[in-house]
Amino acid sequence: MSRTDFDPSALRALAISETGFVFDPRTGHSYSVNGTGLAVLSGLREGLDLPGIARRLYEQFEVEDATVEEDVALFAQRMRDFGLGVRPGTAG
Amino acid sequence: MARPAYEKPTLVRNTIGLMNKAGRRADLDEESSLDGIPVTKLCAEFGSPLFVFSERRLRAKIQEAKDALARRHPKATLCWSYKTNYLDAICAVHHQEGSLAEVVSGMEYEKARRLGVPGDRIVFNGPAKTRTELERAVQERAIVHADHMEEICLLERIAAERGERPTVGLRVSLDAGVHPRWDRFGFNLESGQALQAARRIARGGRLNLGGLHTHIGTFITEPAAYGRSAATLAAFAGAVEKDTGARPTHLDLGGGYASTNTLGSQYHSGALAPTFAEYAEAIGSALVDAGDGTTPLLPLLVEAGRTLVDDCGTLLATVLSVKRLGDGRRAIVIDAGVNLLFTAWWYRLNVVPARNTGGFIEETVVYGPLCMNIDCIRESVALPDLKPGDRLSISPVGAYCVTQSMQFIHLRPACVMIDPRGRAHVIRRAEVLEDLTGPERLPEYLRLEGMREPGAVRRPAETGPARRD
Repeated sequence: MSRTDFDPSALRALAISETGFVFDPRTGHSYSVNGTGLAVLSGLREGLDLPGIARRLYEQFEVEDATVEEDVALFAQRMRDFGLGVRPGTAG
Repeated sequence: MARPAYEKPTLVRNTIGLMNKAGRRADLDEESSLDGIPVTKLCAEFGSPLFVFSERRLRAKIQEAKDALARRHPKATLCWSYKTNYLDAICAVHHQEGSLAEVVSGMEYEKARRLGVPGDRIVFNGPAKTRTELERAVQERAIVHADHMEEICLLERIAAERGERPTVGLRVSLDAGVHPRWDRFGFNLESGQALQAARRIARGGRLNLGGLHTHIGTFITEPAAYGRSAATLAAFAGAVEKDTGARPTHLDLGGGYASTNTLGSQYHSGALAPTFAEYAEAIGSALVDAGDGTTPLLPLLVEAGRTLVDDCGTLLATVLSVKRLGDGRRAIVIDAGVNLLFTAWWYRLNVVPARNTGGFIEETVVYGPLCMNIDCIRESVALPDLKPGDRLSISPVGAYCVTQSMQFIHLRPACVMIDPRGRAHVIRRAEVLEDLTGPERLPEYLRLEGMREPGAVRRPAETGPARRD
Protein backbone atom coordinates (compact mmCIF):
# COMPACT_ATOMS: atom_id res chain seq x y z
CA MET A 1 0.00 0.00 0.00
CA SER A 2 1.48 3.33 -1.06
CA ARG A 3 1.93 5.95 1.69
CA THR A 4 1.37 8.71 -0.84
CA ASP A 5 -1.46 9.51 -3.22
CA PHE A 6 0.55 8.09 -6.12
CA ASP A 7 -0.59 4.88 -7.78
CA PRO A 8 1.91 2.00 -7.27
CA SER A 9 0.94 0.31 -10.55
CA ALA A 10 1.29 3.55 -12.48
CA LEU A 11 4.71 4.11 -10.89
CA ARG A 12 5.82 0.57 -11.69
CA ALA A 13 4.75 0.99 -15.30
CA LEU A 14 7.23 3.82 -15.82
CA ALA A 15 10.38 3.01 -17.80
CA ILE A 16 13.20 4.86 -16.10
CA SER A 17 16.78 4.95 -17.38
CA GLU A 18 19.85 5.56 -15.23
CA THR A 19 20.48 8.81 -17.10
CA GLY A 20 17.12 10.27 -16.10
CA PHE A 21 14.99 9.50 -19.14
CA VAL A 22 11.46 8.55 -18.07
CA PHE A 23 8.84 7.04 -20.37
CA ASP A 24 5.20 6.65 -19.39
CA PRO A 25 3.74 3.89 -21.64
CA ARG A 26 0.19 4.75 -20.62
CA THR A 27 0.33 8.24 -22.10
CA GLY A 28 3.29 8.04 -24.48
CA HIS A 29 4.89 11.04 -22.82
CA SER A 30 8.57 11.10 -21.98
CA TYR A 31 10.32 13.15 -19.32
CA SER A 32 13.79 14.08 -18.18
CA VAL A 33 14.76 14.17 -14.54
CA ASN A 34 18.00 14.99 -12.76
CA GLY A 35 19.80 12.90 -10.17
CA THR A 36 17.69 14.00 -7.23
CA GLY A 37 14.57 13.60 -9.36
CA LEU A 38 15.58 10.01 -10.01
CA ALA A 39 15.98 9.48 -6.27
CA VAL A 40 12.47 10.83 -5.64
CA LEU A 41 10.96 8.56 -8.29
CA SER A 42 12.82 5.63 -6.91
CA GLY A 43 11.62 6.38 -3.38
CA LEU A 44 8.03 6.65 -4.55
CA ARG A 45 8.31 3.29 -6.30
CA GLU A 46 9.59 1.79 -3.05
CA GLY A 47 6.54 3.12 -1.26
CA LEU A 48 8.30 5.80 0.80
CA ASP A 49 6.32 8.83 1.85
CA LEU A 50 7.52 12.33 0.96
CA PRO A 51 9.23 13.05 4.31
CA GLY A 52 11.01 9.71 4.01
CA ILE A 53 12.20 10.60 0.54
CA ALA A 54 13.45 13.94 1.80
CA ARG A 55 15.40 12.19 4.56
CA ARG A 56 16.97 9.91 1.99
CA LEU A 57 18.05 12.91 -0.09
CA TYR A 58 19.69 14.42 2.96
CA GLU A 59 21.62 11.17 3.36
CA GLN A 60 22.58 10.70 -0.26
CA PHE A 61 23.47 14.27 -1.25
CA GLU A 62 25.54 17.14 0.10
CA VAL A 63 22.77 19.52 1.07
CA GLU A 64 23.51 23.19 1.83
CA ASP A 65 20.03 24.68 1.94
CA ALA A 66 17.31 23.15 4.09
CA THR A 67 14.62 23.30 1.40
CA VAL A 68 14.58 19.59 0.58
CA GLU A 69 11.09 18.91 1.99
CA GLU A 70 9.62 21.75 -0.04
CA ASP A 71 11.56 20.66 -3.13
CA VAL A 72 10.23 17.11 -2.87
CA ALA A 73 6.68 18.36 -2.39
CA LEU A 74 7.05 20.59 -5.44
CA PHE A 75 8.41 17.68 -7.49
CA ALA A 76 5.47 15.51 -6.42
CA GLN A 77 3.03 18.25 -7.37
CA ARG A 78 4.69 18.55 -10.76
CA MET A 79 4.22 14.80 -11.27
CA ARG A 80 0.52 15.18 -10.45
CA ASP A 81 0.28 18.12 -12.87
CA PHE A 82 1.71 15.93 -15.62
CA GLY A 83 -0.43 12.93 -14.62
CA LEU A 84 2.75 10.98 -13.95
CA GLY A 85 2.43 8.07 -11.53
CA VAL A 86 -1.20 8.77 -10.70
CA ARG A 87 -4.40 6.94 -11.54
CA PRO A 88 -5.81 7.87 -14.94
CA GLY A 89 -8.20 10.78 -14.66
CA THR A 90 -6.69 12.15 -11.44
CA ALA A 91 -4.03 14.37 -12.98
CA GLY A 92 -3.55 17.80 -11.52
CA MET B 1 33.67 9.04 -1.10
CA ALA B 2 32.18 12.53 -1.24
CA ARG B 3 28.47 12.75 -1.71
CA PRO B 4 27.22 14.48 -4.89
CA ALA B 5 26.08 18.08 -4.49
CA TYR B 6 22.37 18.48 -4.02
CA GLU B 7 20.29 20.16 -6.69
CA LYS B 8 16.57 20.61 -6.59
CA PRO B 9 14.75 17.58 -8.05
CA THR B 10 13.69 18.53 -11.55
CA LEU B 11 11.13 17.02 -13.88
CA VAL B 12 10.73 18.25 -17.44
CA ARG B 13 8.31 16.87 -20.00
CA ASN B 14 10.05 16.31 -23.34
CA THR B 15 8.14 18.05 -26.08
CA ILE B 16 8.03 16.30 -29.42
CA GLY B 17 8.81 18.72 -32.19
CA LEU B 18 11.01 20.92 -30.05
CA MET B 19 13.61 18.24 -29.47
CA ASN B 20 16.56 17.92 -31.77
CA LYS B 21 18.53 14.86 -32.78
CA ALA B 22 21.16 15.65 -30.17
CA GLY B 23 18.63 15.42 -27.34
CA ARG B 24 18.79 17.62 -24.25
CA ARG B 25 21.66 19.99 -23.91
CA ALA B 26 24.20 18.56 -21.52
CA ASP B 27 27.01 21.10 -21.64
CA LEU B 28 27.09 24.81 -20.96
CA ASP B 29 29.55 27.65 -21.22
CA GLU B 30 30.76 29.36 -18.11
CA GLU B 31 32.51 32.68 -17.67
CA SER B 32 34.54 32.42 -14.51
CA SER B 33 36.76 35.45 -15.13
CA LEU B 34 36.90 38.67 -17.11
CA ASP B 35 40.26 39.73 -18.51
CA GLY B 36 41.97 37.49 -16.01
CA ILE B 37 40.09 38.60 -12.90
CA PRO B 38 37.77 36.01 -11.32
CA VAL B 39 34.12 37.04 -11.37
CA THR B 40 33.85 36.19 -7.68
CA LYS B 41 36.73 38.55 -6.87
CA LEU B 42 35.21 41.40 -8.90
CA CYS B 43 31.85 41.04 -7.15
CA ALA B 44 33.46 40.72 -3.72
CA GLU B 45 35.49 43.89 -4.26
CA PHE B 46 33.06 46.10 -6.14
CA GLY B 47 29.63 44.64 -5.38
CA SER B 48 26.88 43.11 -7.42
CA PRO B 49 25.48 43.96 -9.87
CA LEU B 50 28.57 45.36 -11.56
CA PHE B 51 29.27 46.68 -15.04
CA VAL B 52 32.70 45.55 -16.22
CA PHE B 53 34.43 46.96 -19.30
CA SER B 54 37.48 45.56 -21.03
CA GLU B 55 39.87 48.33 -22.08
CA ARG B 56 42.00 45.83 -23.98
CA ARG B 57 39.05 44.69 -26.07
CA LEU B 58 37.82 48.25 -26.63
CA ARG B 59 41.18 49.47 -27.91
CA ALA B 60 41.44 46.42 -30.17
CA LYS B 61 38.00 47.09 -31.64
CA ILE B 62 38.80 50.76 -32.29
CA GLN B 63 42.13 49.87 -33.90
CA GLU B 64 40.47 47.24 -36.05
CA ALA B 65 37.89 49.79 -37.27
CA LYS B 66 40.52 52.47 -37.93
CA ASP B 67 42.66 50.03 -39.90
CA ALA B 68 39.66 48.84 -41.90
CA LEU B 69 38.78 52.42 -42.87
CA ALA B 70 42.38 53.43 -43.59
CA ARG B 71 42.79 50.55 -46.02
CA ARG B 72 39.79 51.71 -48.04
CA HIS B 73 39.79 55.50 -47.85
CA PRO B 74 42.69 57.98 -47.77
CA LYS B 75 41.02 60.48 -45.43
CA ALA B 76 38.69 58.55 -43.13
CA THR B 77 38.14 59.47 -39.49
CA LEU B 78 36.32 57.55 -36.81
CA CYS B 79 33.88 59.47 -34.60
CA TRP B 80 32.84 58.08 -31.21
CA SER B 81 29.08 58.14 -30.76
CA TYR B 82 28.73 59.49 -27.23
CA LYS B 83 25.15 58.41 -26.63
CA THR B 84 26.20 54.77 -26.88
CA ASN B 85 28.23 55.03 -23.71
CA TYR B 86 29.43 58.39 -22.43
CA LEU B 87 31.26 57.23 -19.35
CA ASP B 88 34.36 59.45 -19.18
CA ALA B 89 36.75 56.51 -19.17
CA ILE B 90 35.15 54.96 -22.26
CA CYS B 91 35.22 58.28 -24.13
CA ALA B 92 38.82 58.94 -23.06
CA VAL B 93 39.95 55.63 -24.55
CA HIS B 94 38.30 56.55 -27.85
CA HIS B 95 39.90 59.98 -27.90
CA GLN B 96 43.30 58.57 -26.99
CA GLU B 97 42.89 56.34 -30.04
CA GLY B 98 42.27 59.41 -32.20
CA SER B 99 38.49 59.44 -32.56
CA LEU B 100 36.44 62.61 -32.82
CA ALA B 101 33.46 63.06 -30.46
CA GLU B 102 30.03 62.70 -32.05
CA VAL B 103 27.47 64.33 -29.78
CA VAL B 104 23.75 64.90 -30.10
CA SER B 105 23.01 67.29 -27.26
CA GLY B 106 24.44 70.15 -25.28
CA MET B 107 24.99 67.80 -22.36
CA GLU B 108 27.10 65.46 -24.47
CA TYR B 109 28.93 68.43 -26.00
CA GLU B 110 29.80 69.69 -22.52
CA LYS B 111 30.93 66.22 -21.50
CA ALA B 112 33.34 66.10 -24.44
CA ARG B 113 34.70 69.59 -23.75
CA ARG B 114 35.08 68.74 -20.07
CA LEU B 115 37.23 65.78 -21.09
CA GLY B 116 39.47 68.14 -23.03
CA VAL B 117 38.20 67.50 -26.56
CA PRO B 118 38.63 70.72 -28.62
CA GLY B 119 35.50 72.08 -30.26
CA ASP B 120 36.83 71.46 -33.76
CA ARG B 121 37.08 67.74 -32.92
CA ILE B 122 33.41 67.51 -31.99
CA VAL B 123 30.74 66.55 -34.52
CA PHE B 124 27.48 68.12 -33.33
CA ASN B 125 24.43 66.26 -34.62
CA GLY B 126 21.02 65.90 -33.02
CA PRO B 127 17.56 67.22 -33.79
CA ALA B 128 17.24 69.67 -30.90
CA LYS B 129 20.17 72.04 -30.61
CA THR B 130 19.42 75.19 -28.61
CA ARG B 131 20.57 78.69 -29.41
CA THR B 132 23.04 78.67 -26.53
CA GLU B 133 24.49 75.35 -27.67
CA LEU B 134 24.82 76.50 -31.26
CA GLU B 135 26.45 79.77 -30.22
CA ARG B 136 29.06 77.81 -28.33
CA ALA B 137 29.53 75.34 -31.19
CA VAL B 138 30.05 78.21 -33.63
CA GLN B 139 32.48 79.95 -31.31
CA GLU B 140 34.47 76.74 -30.80
CA ARG B 141 34.42 75.76 -34.49
CA ALA B 142 32.57 72.49 -33.92
CA ILE B 143 31.55 70.42 -36.93
CA VAL B 144 27.83 71.21 -36.99
CA HIS B 145 25.32 69.28 -39.08
CA ALA B 146 22.02 71.17 -39.25
CA ASP B 147 18.91 69.06 -38.80
CA HIS B 148 16.17 71.43 -40.01
CA MET B 149 15.56 74.81 -41.62
CA GLU B 150 14.88 76.56 -38.30
CA GLU B 151 18.36 75.54 -37.21
CA ILE B 152 19.87 77.04 -40.36
CA CYS B 153 17.96 80.29 -39.76
CA LEU B 154 19.16 80.36 -36.15
CA LEU B 155 22.74 79.77 -37.28
CA GLU B 156 22.39 82.62 -39.79
CA ARG B 157 21.26 84.95 -36.99
CA ILE B 158 24.14 83.82 -34.75
CA ALA B 159 26.56 84.40 -37.64
CA ALA B 160 25.20 87.91 -38.22
CA GLU B 161 25.42 88.79 -34.52
CA ARG B 162 28.97 87.50 -34.26
CA GLY B 163 30.07 88.98 -37.57
CA GLU B 164 31.35 85.57 -38.61
CA ARG B 165 30.70 83.13 -41.41
CA PRO B 166 30.60 79.69 -39.76
CA THR B 167 30.73 76.46 -41.69
CA VAL B 168 27.53 74.44 -41.39
CA GLY B 169 26.82 71.00 -42.77
CA LEU B 170 23.55 69.25 -43.43
CA ARG B 171 21.91 66.11 -42.16
CA VAL B 172 20.39 64.31 -45.12
CA SER B 173 17.82 61.50 -45.06
CA LEU B 174 17.96 59.22 -48.07
CA ASP B 175 16.66 55.92 -49.37
CA ALA B 176 19.35 53.27 -48.87
CA GLY B 177 16.92 50.41 -49.27
CA VAL B 178 16.65 49.90 -45.53
CA HIS B 179 13.37 49.18 -43.79
CA PRO B 180 12.14 50.98 -41.79
CA ARG B 181 13.39 54.05 -43.61
CA TRP B 182 14.70 56.71 -41.27
CA ASP B 183 13.59 60.06 -42.56
CA ARG B 184 12.97 62.04 -39.40
CA PHE B 185 16.53 63.34 -39.20
CA GLY B 186 17.68 66.07 -41.52
CA PHE B 187 16.51 67.15 -44.93
CA ASN B 188 15.10 64.59 -47.32
CA LEU B 189 17.15 64.05 -50.44
CA GLU B 190 14.63 62.47 -52.79
CA SER B 191 12.01 65.20 -52.28
CA GLY B 192 14.53 67.97 -53.04
CA GLN B 193 14.58 69.46 -49.51
CA ALA B 194 18.26 68.66 -49.02
CA LEU B 195 19.26 70.52 -52.19
CA GLN B 196 17.12 73.49 -51.16
CA ALA B 197 18.86 73.56 -47.78
CA ALA B 198 22.29 73.39 -49.43
CA ARG B 199 21.32 76.31 -51.70
CA ARG B 200 20.16 78.31 -48.70
CA ILE B 201 23.53 77.83 -46.95
CA ALA B 202 25.69 78.30 -50.02
CA ARG B 203 23.83 81.33 -51.38
CA GLY B 204 22.51 82.88 -48.17
CA GLY B 205 25.66 84.86 -47.61
CA ARG B 206 25.85 84.12 -43.89
CA LEU B 207 27.21 80.56 -43.79
CA ASN B 208 29.73 78.36 -45.56
CA LEU B 209 28.61 74.93 -46.66
CA GLY B 210 30.13 72.19 -44.53
CA GLY B 211 29.76 68.44 -44.78
CA LEU B 212 26.90 66.17 -45.71
CA HIS B 213 25.76 63.71 -43.11
CA THR B 214 23.35 60.80 -43.23
CA HIS B 215 22.26 58.13 -40.77
CA ILE B 216 20.35 55.30 -42.36
CA GLY B 217 19.17 53.39 -39.30
CA THR B 218 20.23 51.24 -36.41
CA PHE B 219 21.66 47.73 -36.13
CA ILE B 220 21.96 47.45 -39.91
CA THR B 221 23.28 43.97 -40.67
CA GLU B 222 23.59 44.54 -44.42
CA PRO B 223 26.88 46.25 -45.36
CA ALA B 224 25.56 46.86 -48.88
CA ALA B 225 23.10 49.38 -47.42
CA TYR B 226 26.08 51.56 -46.45
CA GLY B 227 27.44 51.16 -49.95
CA ARG B 228 24.16 52.49 -51.31
CA SER B 229 24.04 55.39 -48.86
CA ALA B 230 27.69 56.28 -49.60
CA ALA B 231 27.07 56.25 -53.36
CA THR B 232 23.90 58.32 -53.00
CA LEU B 233 25.50 60.87 -50.68
CA ALA B 234 28.58 61.16 -52.91
CA ALA B 235 26.37 61.74 -55.95
CA PHE B 236 24.41 64.34 -53.99
CA ALA B 237 27.67 66.10 -53.03
CA GLY B 238 28.49 66.30 -56.73
CA ALA B 239 25.03 67.68 -57.51
CA VAL B 240 25.35 70.29 -54.75
CA GLU B 241 28.73 71.45 -56.03
CA LYS B 242 27.42 71.67 -59.56
CA ASP B 243 24.29 73.55 -58.48
CA THR B 244 25.79 75.95 -55.93
CA GLY B 245 29.47 76.02 -56.76
CA ALA B 246 30.23 75.06 -53.15
CA ARG B 247 32.03 71.77 -52.59
CA PRO B 248 30.94 70.02 -49.36
CA THR B 249 33.80 69.69 -46.90
CA HIS B 250 33.22 66.03 -46.06
CA LEU B 251 30.82 63.10 -46.13
CA ASP B 252 29.62 61.63 -42.84
CA LEU B 253 27.97 58.22 -43.15
CA GLY B 254 26.61 58.15 -39.61
CA GLY B 255 26.30 55.00 -37.53
CA GLY B 256 24.02 52.02 -37.03
CA TYR B 257 26.66 49.28 -37.44
CA ALA B 258 25.67 46.04 -35.70
CA SER B 259 27.41 44.43 -32.73
CA THR B 260 27.45 40.71 -32.03
CA ASN B 261 24.29 41.02 -29.97
CA THR B 262 21.31 39.00 -31.17
CA LEU B 263 18.07 40.81 -31.83
CA GLY B 264 14.97 39.21 -30.34
CA SER B 265 13.57 38.72 -33.82
CA GLN B 266 16.83 37.46 -35.31
CA TYR B 267 17.05 33.80 -36.39
CA HIS B 268 20.84 33.59 -36.58
CA SER B 269 23.15 34.32 -33.69
CA GLY B 270 24.47 37.86 -33.58
CA ALA B 271 27.95 36.37 -33.70
CA LEU B 272 27.38 36.16 -37.46
CA ALA B 273 27.00 39.96 -37.74
CA PRO B 274 29.17 41.68 -40.36
CA THR B 275 32.63 42.73 -39.25
CA PHE B 276 33.51 46.40 -39.36
CA ALA B 277 35.83 45.60 -42.26
CA GLU B 278 32.81 44.50 -44.30
CA TYR B 279 31.07 47.83 -43.67
CA ALA B 280 34.28 49.70 -44.53
CA GLU B 281 34.66 47.69 -47.72
CA ALA B 282 31.10 48.52 -48.82
CA ILE B 283 31.58 52.23 -48.09
CA GLY B 284 35.07 52.53 -49.56
CA SER B 285 34.22 50.68 -52.77
CA ALA B 286 31.06 52.73 -53.30
CA LEU B 287 32.90 56.03 -52.85
CA VAL B 288 35.69 55.04 -55.24
CA ASP B 289 33.15 53.86 -57.79
CA ALA B 290 31.18 57.10 -57.41
CA GLY B 291 34.26 59.24 -58.13
CA ASP B 292 35.60 60.24 -61.50
CA GLY B 293 39.06 58.89 -60.80
CA THR B 294 40.73 62.30 -60.80
CA THR B 295 38.92 64.46 -58.25
CA PRO B 296 40.16 63.64 -54.72
CA LEU B 297 37.65 61.83 -52.52
CA LEU B 298 35.98 64.02 -49.94
CA PRO B 299 37.15 63.36 -46.37
CA LEU B 300 35.03 60.67 -44.76
CA LEU B 301 33.61 60.56 -41.23
CA VAL B 302 32.14 57.39 -39.78
CA GLU B 303 30.22 57.43 -36.50
CA ALA B 304 30.67 54.12 -34.74
CA GLY B 305 29.13 53.32 -31.36
CA ARG B 306 27.53 50.00 -30.60
CA THR B 307 29.82 48.04 -32.94
CA LEU B 308 32.85 49.17 -30.94
CA VAL B 309 31.73 49.09 -27.33
CA ASP B 310 28.90 46.58 -27.03
CA ASP B 311 31.15 43.53 -26.95
CA CYS B 312 33.44 45.20 -24.41
CA GLY B 313 30.87 45.37 -21.61
CA THR B 314 29.57 42.68 -19.27
CA LEU B 315 27.16 42.96 -16.36
CA LEU B 316 27.85 40.68 -13.44
CA ALA B 317 24.80 39.77 -11.41
CA THR B 318 23.85 37.50 -8.54
CA VAL B 319 21.06 34.96 -8.21
CA LEU B 320 18.68 35.92 -5.40
CA SER B 321 16.06 33.24 -5.76
CA VAL B 322 15.14 30.13 -7.74
CA LYS B 323 11.47 29.30 -8.14
CA ARG B 324 8.91 27.35 -10.14
CA LEU B 325 6.28 29.34 -11.97
CA GLY B 326 2.68 28.24 -12.03
CA ASP B 327 3.16 26.60 -15.40
CA GLY B 328 6.14 24.60 -14.14
CA ARG B 329 8.89 26.67 -15.77
CA ARG B 330 11.99 27.32 -13.73
CA ALA B 331 12.64 30.97 -13.00
CA ILE B 332 15.42 32.84 -11.27
CA VAL B 333 15.39 36.29 -9.76
CA ILE B 334 18.66 38.19 -10.06
CA ASP B 335 19.82 41.54 -8.70
CA ALA B 336 19.99 43.27 -12.11
CA GLY B 337 16.93 44.10 -14.17
CA VAL B 338 15.73 46.20 -17.05
CA ASN B 339 16.57 49.26 -14.95
CA LEU B 340 20.17 48.47 -15.93
CA LEU B 341 19.62 46.44 -19.09
CA PHE B 342 17.37 48.54 -21.26
CA THR B 343 18.57 46.59 -24.28
CA ALA B 344 17.11 43.35 -22.88
CA TRP B 345 13.83 44.46 -24.44
CA TRP B 346 15.20 43.96 -27.94
CA TYR B 347 18.25 41.69 -27.60
CA ARG B 348 18.57 38.10 -26.48
CA LEU B 349 21.45 38.83 -24.14
CA ASN B 350 23.83 36.00 -23.26
CA VAL B 351 23.30 34.90 -19.68
CA VAL B 352 26.10 32.62 -18.56
CA PRO B 353 26.90 31.26 -15.09
CA ALA B 354 30.25 32.16 -13.62
CA ARG B 355 30.51 28.58 -12.47
CA ASN B 356 28.99 25.66 -14.30
CA THR B 357 27.55 23.58 -11.51
CA GLY B 358 27.29 20.65 -13.88
CA GLY B 359 23.69 20.22 -12.81
CA PHE B 360 20.58 19.61 -14.84
CA ILE B 361 20.36 22.15 -17.63
CA GLU B 362 16.88 23.56 -18.07
CA GLU B 363 15.25 26.41 -19.94
CA THR B 364 14.91 29.16 -17.35
CA VAL B 365 13.20 32.54 -17.15
CA VAL B 366 15.52 35.28 -15.88
CA TYR B 367 13.77 38.01 -13.90
CA GLY B 368 15.28 41.17 -12.49
CA PRO B 369 14.70 42.61 -8.99
CA LEU B 370 12.06 45.20 -9.90
CA CYS B 371 8.56 44.75 -8.56
CA MET B 372 7.29 45.03 -12.12
CA ASN B 373 6.10 42.24 -14.39
CA ILE B 374 8.01 43.74 -17.31
CA ASP B 375 11.32 43.14 -15.57
CA CYS B 376 12.39 40.11 -17.56
CA ILE B 377 15.95 39.77 -18.89
CA ARG B 378 15.37 36.52 -20.82
CA GLU B 379 12.12 34.60 -21.34
CA SER B 380 14.05 31.39 -21.83
CA VAL B 381 17.72 30.57 -21.53
CA ALA B 382 19.42 27.25 -20.84
CA LEU B 383 20.96 27.34 -17.36
CA PRO B 384 22.15 24.70 -14.91
CA ASP B 385 20.74 24.32 -11.44
CA LEU B 386 21.55 27.59 -9.70
CA LYS B 387 21.47 28.62 -6.09
CA PRO B 388 21.11 32.00 -4.40
CA GLY B 389 24.49 33.67 -4.41
CA ASP B 390 25.62 32.17 -7.71
CA ARG B 391 27.08 34.77 -10.08
CA LEU B 392 26.03 35.28 -13.68
CA SER B 393 27.60 37.26 -16.48
CA ILE B 394 25.32 39.01 -18.94
CA SER B 395 26.67 40.27 -22.25
CA PRO B 396 27.13 42.08 -24.57
CA VAL B 397 25.97 45.13 -22.62
CA GLY B 398 28.61 47.74 -23.42
CA ALA B 399 26.31 49.82 -25.60
CA TYR B 400 23.37 51.89 -24.35
CA CYS B 401 22.91 49.99 -21.08
CA VAL B 402 24.83 52.40 -18.85
CA THR B 403 23.60 55.53 -20.60
CA GLN B 404 19.99 54.35 -20.55
CA SER B 405 20.06 52.84 -17.08
CA MET B 406 17.83 54.48 -14.54
CA GLN B 407 17.37 54.98 -10.83
CA PHE B 408 14.14 53.04 -10.73
CA ILE B 409 13.41 51.14 -7.53
CA HIS B 410 17.14 50.48 -7.14
CA LEU B 411 20.17 52.73 -7.31
CA ARG B 412 22.68 52.16 -10.07
CA PRO B 413 25.72 49.95 -9.41
CA ALA B 414 29.40 50.64 -9.95
CA CYS B 415 31.16 50.39 -13.30
CA VAL B 416 34.73 49.19 -13.50
CA MET B 417 37.20 49.01 -16.36
CA ILE B 418 39.92 46.39 -16.50
CA ASP B 419 43.06 47.88 -18.00
CA PRO B 420 45.33 45.96 -20.39
CA ARG B 421 47.53 44.92 -17.44
CA GLY B 422 44.59 43.25 -15.74
CA ARG B 423 43.92 45.89 -13.08
CA ALA B 424 40.34 46.90 -12.32
CA HIS B 425 39.52 50.60 -11.93
CA VAL B 426 36.26 52.09 -10.70
CA ILE B 427 35.05 54.37 -13.52
CA ARG B 428 31.68 55.13 -11.94
CA ARG B 429 31.05 54.52 -8.26
CA ALA B 430 27.89 52.84 -7.04
CA GLU B 431 25.18 55.37 -6.37
CA VAL B 432 24.01 56.35 -2.90
CA LEU B 433 20.58 57.66 -1.94
CA GLU B 434 21.85 61.22 -2.00
CA ASP B 435 22.48 60.90 -5.75
CA LEU B 436 18.73 60.42 -6.09
CA THR B 437 17.48 62.86 -3.49
CA GLY B 438 20.11 65.59 -3.95
CA PRO B 439 18.16 67.55 -6.59
CA GLU B 440 14.87 67.23 -4.69
CA ARG B 441 13.42 70.09 -2.65
CA LEU B 442 10.81 69.46 0.04
CA PRO B 443 8.59 72.47 0.82
CA GLU B 444 8.85 73.32 4.50
CA TYR B 445 5.16 72.65 5.21
CA LEU B 446 5.58 69.01 4.08
CA ARG B 447 8.42 68.22 6.45
CA LEU B 448 7.67 65.30 8.78
CA GLU B 449 8.45 65.14 12.49
CA GLY B 450 11.87 63.61 13.14
CA MET B 451 12.92 63.83 9.51
CA ARG B 452 16.65 63.54 9.03
CA GLU B 453 18.40 66.66 7.85
CA PRO B 454 19.22 66.65 4.14
CA GLY B 455 22.85 65.79 3.59
CA ALA B 456 22.94 63.48 6.58
CA VAL B 457 23.22 60.45 4.33
CA ARG B 458 26.40 58.56 4.96
CA ARG B 459 28.54 58.01 1.84
CA PRO B 460 30.31 54.68 1.46
CA ALA B 461 33.94 54.56 0.40
CA GLU B 462 34.39 55.29 -3.31
CA THR B 463 35.44 51.75 -4.10
CA GLY B 464 33.42 49.94 -1.48
CA PRO B 465 30.92 47.20 -2.22
CA ALA B 466 27.84 48.44 -4.04
CA ARG B 467 25.16 46.52 -2.22
CA ARG B 468 23.99 43.08 -1.32
CA ASP B 469 27.48 41.86 -0.60
